[in-house]
Amino acid sequence: MYTMGVDVGSASSKVVILKDGKDIVAAETVQFGTGSTGPQKALEKAYEVSGLTREDMSFVVATGYGRFNFEGADKQVSEISCHAKGVFHLVPTARTIIDIGGQDAKAIRLDSKGGIKQFFMNDKCAAGTGRFLEVMARVLETTLDQMASLDELADEAAPISSTCTVFAESEVISQLSNGVNRNNIIRGVHLSVASRACGLAYRGGLEKDIVMTGGVAQNAGVVRAMESVLKKDVIVAPHPQTTGALGAALFAFEAAQKK
Amino acid sequence: MSLTQGMKAKQLLAYYQNKADQDAREAKARGDLVCWSASVAPPEFCVTMGIAMVYPETHSAGIGARKGALDMLEVAERKGYNIDCCSYGRVNMGYMECLKEYAKTGVKPEVLVNSPAADVPLPDLVITCNNICNTLLKWYENLAVELDIPCIVIDVPFNHTMPIPEYAKEYIADEFRNAISQLEVICGRPFDWEKFKTVRQQTQRSVYQWNRIADFTKYKPSPLNGFDFFNYMALIVACRSLDYAEITFKAFADELEENLKAGIYAFKGAEKTRIQWEGIAVWPHLSHTFKTLKNMGAIMTGSAYPSMWDLSYDANDETLHSMAEAYTRTYINTCLSNKAEALMKLMEHGQVDGIIYHLNRSCKLMSFLNVETAEIIKEKNGLPYVSFDGDQTDPRVYSPAQYETRVQALVEMMEANMAAAE
Repeated sequence: MYTMGVDVGSASSKVVILKDGKDIVAAETVQFGTGSTGPQKALEKAYEVSGLTREDMSFVVATGYGRFNFEGADKQVSEISCHAKGVFHLVPTARTIIDIGGQDAKAIRLDSKGGIKQFFMNDKCAAGTGRFLEVMARVLETTLDQMASLDELADEAAPISSTCTVFAESEVISQLSNGVNRNNIIRGVHLSVASRACGLAYRGGLEKDIVMTGGVAQNAGVVRAMESVLKKDVIVAPHPQTTGALGAALFAFEAAQKK
Repeated sequence: MSLTQGMKAKQLLAYYQNKADQDAREAKARGDLVCWSASVAPPEFCVTMGIAMVYPETHSAGIGARKGALDMLEVAERKGYNIDCCSYGRVNMGYMECLKEYAKTGVKPEVLVNSPAADVPLPDLVITCNNICNTLLKWYENLAVELDIPCIVIDVPFNHTMPIPEYAKEYIADEFRNAISQLEVICGRPFDWEKFKTVRQQTQRSVYQWNRIADFTKYKPSPLNGFDFFNYMALIVACRSLDYAEITFKAFADELEENLKAGIYAFKGAEKTRIQWEGIAVWPHLSHTFKTLKNMGAIMTGSAYPSMWDLSYDANDETLHSMAEAYTRTYINTCLSNKAEALMKLMEHGQVDGIIYHLNRSCKLMSFLNVETAEIIKEKNGLPYVSFDGDQTDPRVYSPAQYETRVQALVEMMEANMAAAE
């Protein structure tokens, strides 16, 4: 039996196809989110890789910001439940999940059975999210992919005191014009993101293992910053960007079994 | 035959809301006094004096619900009112500015011509009370200065400890007597203490019927949808000292009673989970906040917001201590531990499975304490909760997608808890 999870985010689209609720036969990401051709492209890629079609899917669950706009899903499940499900499947020792996506950040506390004890999300503000990093990368004339390696070259973190994206942008510009080392600014930017996300994680009560997901988890600079703020090890989920889609595919499997 | 004969509660609500505004317009036309009042300030004194009442908070909420808030907010913001100020206050200041300009020039400002705002007249005096927030002091003081009219302030101290001490009740009762003296000067005639008693008795009859409605949320499934209760609030705020409120609430409570007997429930068998709503409604997006929940089978059976007008007191107590106690025990005028207890009582009464906290950018007193309140309550009753950003009448602060995600996650958590319990 094949089931599919589609995570239509604000900045990217992810698709996971599962066989019998266990084996991942496709896990595809396209860096365009809701309202774009991203979801369709991610689907096409997943079908191509797996050699399957929509007809082969016993059940499809959509999640993410654009879950209600995605046609062809049998059910919609919130990304909070999907991330919890996906991460617990991959890392059964996970008790705290920190997910940083394109436009939101969340901390989810799990119990020993993978149930959600509590979750906290960012307020209506892009600070501490992927969008914040995108804005900073542009100002710093680099790309998201390069930020982690440039962070490694830093000898200290330049302080970024503003949490507001717009104010932090002017702060970065002012640091650049004052001749502050760009790599140090990048480390400061990563620390700023980490401190916002950690604030959410602390609210839920931090318990090990701490697992990080979402597109931003691919940035080793942010992960290092998280570890330094939390003073604890942070495990990056395997394929951190597709854990939500994986959770959706697992929910789809459960629903298909009940059918 | 009476105009209202045979009317259903919903029709009575619309009828009496309009009538209250019409009463104020007619009073103004006659040259009688009109008072703008804070929502939980006692109306009993002004009503005794025959003064027509208008409630800016209700009026602003109505403008928001009819999608007219932005225009008024812009008028106030151009005057210099910061967007961090309460949006009820800003909408009201915008409306007042428009009325003032109209009165001065005889030309109705375009914003007012196009506004869905209920037509209410400018006040001749204002009355405010700090038992639900301190913004109401400056807001009404500004109204009084802008319009050069008297401002009656009823000072109600915050209750840092409970129960409420006798000296606090005596102080508030003195504040009441002081307000009465001020009214005697403003009206130029003595206060009618006999009539005052009948007004207090009328207020209690309204409050009794209001509480009858609230009680229906204890039934599972619930015949009462909490969002409907929000709509009826207009009358408990604006007309509790008149029979308008009593008549309407009695009709609604009777309808609910009949429905309950007939097995007719608010969600018609689709009720899956029950939630408590903490905070003021998001009036400009009321329909979205309600429908998102309804589509998931989640009914609101608890909210302390309408319960703020459970102003039960002994109408025969001439010391006014009982009335003073009613006007100071409002849960947001009490310490955090009492606030948490009051909310938990409502949660038990409404048999809720989870809580939604509205982080309302306008209402600092309610919202700033929400984070702490949520943690205290979670520790005590273990119910899952979620919070979202919004505003009572500034439509710009609310994000529908963020609300949907949080609410859906809450519903999934409540359902998981129920499945585990089974």
